[in-house]
Amino acid sequence: MSDKTMTAEEAVGRLGSGMTVGIGGWGSRRKPMALVRALLRSEVTDLTVVSCGGPDVGLLAAAGRIRKLVAPFATLDSVPLEPHFRAARQRGAFELMELDEAMFMWGLTAAAHRLPFLPVRAGLGSDVMRVNPGLRTVTSPYEDGEELVAVPALRLDAALVHLNRADIHGNGQYLGPDPYFDDLFCSAAEHAYVSCERIVATEEFTKAGGPQTLVVQRHSVAGVVKAPNGAHFASCAPDYERDEPFQKHYVASAGDPEAWRAFTERFLSGGESAYQSAVQAWHEEQR
Amino acid sequence: MTSTGTTAGAAGSGRTADGLPVTRAEYCVIGCAEAWRGNGEVLASPMGGAIPAIGARLARLTFSPDLLLTDGEALLMGDVPAVGSPSEVTEGWLPYRRHLELVASGKRHVMMGASQLDRHGNQNISCIGDWSRPARQLLGVRGAPVNTLNNPTSYWVPKHSPRVFVEKVDMVCGVGYDRAAAAGPSATRFHRIPRVVSDLGVFDFETPDRSMRPASLHPGVTADQVASATGFPLTIPDEVPRTREPTPEELRLIREVIDPRGLRDREVRP
Repeated sequence: MSDKTMTAEEAVGRLGSGMTVGIGGWGSRRKPMALVRALLRSEVTDLTVVSCGGPDVGLLAAAGRIRKLVAPFATLDSVPLEPHFRAARQRGAFELMELDEAMFMWGLTAAAHRLPFLPVRAGLGSDVMRVNPGLRTVTSPYEDGEELVAVPALRLDAALVHLNRADIHGNGQYLGPDPYFDDLFCSAAEHAYVSCERIVATEEFTKAGGPQTLVVQRHSVAGVVKAPNGAHFASCAPDYERDEPFQKHYVASAGDPEAWRAFTERFLSGGESAYQSAVQAWHEEQR
Repeated sequence: MTSTGTTAGAAGSGRTADGLPVTRAEYCVIGCAEAWRGNGEVLASPMGGAIPAIGARLARLTFSPDLLLTDGEALLMGDVPAVGSPSEVTEGWLPYRRHLELVASGKRHVMMGASQLDRHGNQNISCIGDWSRPARQLLGVRGAPVNTLNNPTSYWVPKHSPRVFVEKVDMVCGVGYDRAAAAGPSATRFHRIPRVVSDLGVFDFETPDRSMRPASLHPGVTADQVASATGFPLTIPDEVPRTREPTPEELRLIREVIDPRGLRDREVRP
């Protein structure tokens, strides 16, 4: 079996400008932030980002890397509105394909199943149909004759997800309450990159959790990145909760151009270890 | 209280043994709890704030004991802790994917918030202004389209105002009666908006043209007050019932068991 471990830089090096990239997690929960930060350090831009949006969308939007966003929402959970997403939308910074959560899930599922679309009831009567004029309906060929929305497959060039544990071959394990859509993202993608809190020997998996926690399998994974605290400042239960004070600092900084320049200078101008050290130093100052 | 409020929140006749009057927030809790009466073994999803969550827990502890409740994330609670306190008993697992499956099955009654709501029950939580470049970007549509077409969807509005109750919403997220009818039988098949609860009263759509009407006003609220806080013409019958009084046991549960920290008073000021 092949060893798929690589650095975040190597994983991001496989991405190209103009690609469609799916990002796992949900809101400000288990987001592959170390991979997103590596993406920010690269030249990759003009992306179509597919995400149940959180700070991943915020940071990429602030850096002008998004050409088109496919999402049902963007939120920081404890802070309802994502400030950079909000500002980017209000200045018309990117194209948006705004989908309902169920439509989003079935779009990823269609892609994972190599189907052109899947029929759903969600969306009918709502303005999701108005703002996405490309969406079509389909009529059931059976007796009911129901007219439903044909959600197009959300095919991804690449997926980025963050899990609690992985082995070097690309098997991934989540230990929190919800897998979110991470396995769907991996299955819907041409290439998936999994960052994780810890790389463990394969035989360690079932000591930490039952087999159903092994949510991502190696056949759908191209690269494994060791990224301790790699979801920061999003949560990564049970390894750590969301860094609420730092998230507040992010939100406050995002609201003011000067403060945002200072934030990027302090936290996002170096590599991942510089980021983690800067966050630690910031926390020490707050005491 | 709204800007048009002329009475204090304490206006009803209900009192506990300690003599404290029933607050407006407590009438709101009753209005929310009643949404889940007779619902049977379905998931109660209070999403729009603390008061719907208190209402759902009250319903489960009293007249709707078979309701299912989540911890706000992926776990179904086997106990009924106070709002803001952790659950200690897990009776099931409901990650987002299974939650969406449950929505589609109809075995759920959600109470969502609304940044805008019109007379036919169309709801907006996505953005204010022109969608292509909004004046104010909000959350996004989230699951409002799937909710409204599949399971009963009620709404909670903690501050009844013409900014929320508008003539026309800027982005239809939750589908109202007129839009569902226009979209055809697949849209209306499972569509239902049982009620809207605000700090002024309880509203429903039991009218011939499915437009919103007051079902009950909270004690202390006048018809004029509701009319001036609503951005579309509202037909208010001469005889509008009052939101019912909580029983002494319900008041005890709200004050001592479900919301001892008084989160309800932060949402609707006494």
